[in-house]
Amino acid sequence: MSILIDNNTKLIVQGITGRDGSFHTKAMLEYGTNVVAGVTPGKGGQSVHGIKVFNTVKDAVKETEANCSIIYVPLLFAADAIYEAIDAGIKLIICIAEGIPVLDMVEVTRYAEINNVRLIGGNCPGIISPGKCKVGIMPGKIHKQGSIGVVSRSGTLTYEVVQSITSAGYGQSTVLGIGGDAISGTGFIDILELFESDPETEAVAIIGEIGGDAEEQAGLFVKNKMTKPVFGFIAGKSAPPGKRMGHAGAIISSGKGTAESKITAWEEAGIKVLDRPDVFGEEISKYFKYNK
Amino acid sequence: MKIHEYQAKELLEKYGLPTPKSVVTSDPVKVKNSMSELGTAVVIKAQVHVGGRGKAGGVKIAKTPDEAFKAAQEILGMNIKGITVKKVLVAEAVDIKQELYIGITVDRSSKKIVFMASRAGGVDIEEVAANTPEKIEKIYIDPALGFKGYQARQLAFSLFDDSKLIKSSISIFTKLYNVFIDNDCSIAEINPLVITNNNELVAIDSKINFDDNALLKHPGFEELRDMDEEDADELHAKASGLSFIKLDGDIGCIVNGAGLAMATLDTIKLFNGNPANFLDVGGSSNPEKIIDAFNLILKDKKIKVVLINIFGGITRCDDIANGLLIAKDRINIPVPIIIRLTGTNSEEAHKILKAENISVYTNMDEAIKKAVAVSHEGEISQ
Repeated sequence: MSILIDNNTKLIVQGITGRDGSFHTKAMLEYGTNVVAGVTPGKGGQSVHGIKVFNTVKDAVKETEANCSIIYVPLLFAADAIYEAIDAGIKLIICIAEGIPVLDMVEVTRYAEINNVRLIGGNCPGIISPGKCKVGIMPGKIHKQGSIGVVSRSGTLTYEVVQSITSAGYGQSTVLGIGGDAISGTGFIDILELFESDPETEAVAIIGEIGGDAEEQAGLFVKNKMTKPVFGFIAGKSAPPGKRMGHAGAIISSGKGTAESKITAWEEAGIKVLDRPDVFGEEISKYFKYNK
Repeated sequence: MKIHEYQAKELLEKYGLPTPKSVVTSDPVKVKNSMSELGTAVVIKAQVHVGGRGKAGGVKIAKTPDEAFKAAQEILGMNIKGITVKKVLVAEAVDIKQELYIGITVDRSSKKIVFMASRAGGVDIEEVAANTPEKIEKIYIDPALGFKGYQARQLAFSLFDDSKLIKSSISIFTKLYNVFIDNDCSIAEINPLVITNNNELVAIDSKINFDDNALLKHPGFEELRDMDEEDADELHAKASGLSFIKLDGDIGCIVNGAGLAMATLDTIKLFNGNPANFLDVGGSSNPEKIIDAFNLILKDKKIKVVLINIFGGITRCDDIANGLLIAKDRINIPVPIIIRLTGTNSEEAHKILKAENISVYTNMDEAIKKAVAVSHEGEISQ
C-alpha cells in the first residue's frame, strides 16, 4: 500500500507537448509510471515519447480510462485545465503551476470539493510512491520504497528531508508536496488522515513553514487523531515579519503564522520537532531502534 | 501589490461608492486653492503605503487656505518610515457621528472569501481584531454561490440600528464586493466608513491591495505601481525571475526553492551564522539567473562568503555549475564561495567544478558549517 498513487494509477499529462510536460513525461515513464495519455488542445493525434496526445481530457479518459491527471499547462490556463479534468471525471488531479490567481484557486478548489475530486497543489512538486509510481517533478533517484510518509508545503526542502531519510537506510511509503501558494487543493490534515490509515506507513515526516495556520490545525489533528509517530520541521524561523519569503503562503502578518507558534503547537501535539532538515534520518532511526 | 489611498478612492468611486470630494496634488498652492471647491475645512493626508501615517504627523486638518498651505508644506517631503511624501490627498472634512469598519479578504483556512464588519472602526481596528474579535462580524462567502442578499443583511444588522442606514448600507457592501472580485483584490477595506450627522454613509479612507498572482490578468494595474515605494533590488530580482529579500547578515545565499531557502537561513542561524539575504533562484537552469543572483547579493559590501545550496529537481546541477563558471568569468567575486550541489545531474556538476579546482559539498549541514566558519574567520584574526 501507499497513499493516492500506486501501480493502479493511469495517468494523463495535460500540457504534454510543452517543454516541462514533455521532459517530465519522459522522467515519469522511466520511473515506471503508467502514463496512458497526453492532452494538448489542437495537437490531438500526435504522440510524445510514444504516448498518444488528445485534444480534450474527455476524449483521453474515454479511450484510456485514466484515473489521474497532472497539469503542466502555462499558468494562465492552469485553472481552466483543472476544471476540464474535473468535468471529465478524473478524481485525482495534481497541479504543478505556481502562482495561480488566488480567487481562481478559491473557485476551483470549491468546484473540486463539490465533485469529490482530490486536487493536489498548485505550486507543488507532485506525489511519489517509491518503487511504484511517480506523478510529479521530483528526482526519483533519492527515494526508496519504505514505511515513512512525507508531507510538505515545499518542493526542494522535501527532497532534502527525503534524502536524509534514505541515507539513514529508511524508505518512504508516499511523499507529496501540498503546495506553497496561499490556497491549495489539499491540506495537511487530509494527508495525515490517509497516512494514519495506510498500513504500510509506520511514521510520518511533516514539513511546514511560516504563514497561515495550517500547521497549527495539523497539530490538533495529530494530537487528537493520530497514533503513528510524527516528526516535523518548520521553515522560516529567521524570516522578517511582513515579507513574503518566496511562497505566497510564507508571510508573517500581524504577529500570526510565526514559526514559534507552529513549533509550540506541534510540540504540544507530541510531534518531535527537529531543528533542521538534515537530521530527519538520524532521529527516525533512533526512534525505530528504541521502539522496536 | 499595494496602491495609494487616492488610487483606491478612484476605484471605489468608479463603482459608485460614496466618498468625500477631494484633489490629489504635490503642490501646496493647489492645496490652498482647493479649499474654494472642497468647503470650509479640509483634511490633508500624506500618500504613502506604510501604516501609522497619522501618528507620524502625516494627516492634518485645515480650516483656512493659509492653514492648508502650511499643512501641505509640512507634509510634502516629510519622511514617514523611510518613505518621502510626494503627494497629498486633500479631502473635504466630513462631520463624523460614528466610525465603522468594513473589509473583504480571502480566508486561507476555509478557502472562502470573508466579509468583515465592525462598529469599532478607525485606526485601532487591528487591536479590536486581536483583543475583542467578537466585535467583528464575519461572513464567509461560498465561491460557488457568491455574495447573497441575506449575508448583506446580516452585515447591515450587525452594524446599524437605524432602518434607513440598514437599507442604504446594502448597496455599499455589494459594491465593495464587486470591487474585490472584479479586480482580484487580496484586500479591499473601508476604514473608517462613517455615519455623518445627516445619517449618510461616507467612505473616508480605504485600502486596496491586488493579488500579485492576478496582475497578469490586469495589465493596467502596473501603471498604479509607485516605484518609490518598492525596494529596487527586490523589484529587479523579480524581473530576473528571482525571489529576493535583503537581511542584515554577512553570508550571501543562493538557493533553489523557497522552502529550502528558508531552511538554509534557519540552519545558518542555528550554527551561529548570519544570513545576508533570502534568494530563491526558482526551478530553472538558466545560467543568467546565477549571474543575476551574484550581482544582486554582491551589492552588499558586508558579504564575507557566498553559500550556494542547490537540490536539483527540475533544476539541473550541471547547468548551475556551468552558470557558476560563466559568472566567475564575467564578474568579479571578491569573497569565497561555498557550493553544495545534489540531486539531478549532480555527478556531472561535480566533475565540471572539480576540473576547475572548485570543491563541492553534497551535504547541506557540512556546507553551511563551512560557510559560517568562513564568515567568522576575519573576526578571529582581528
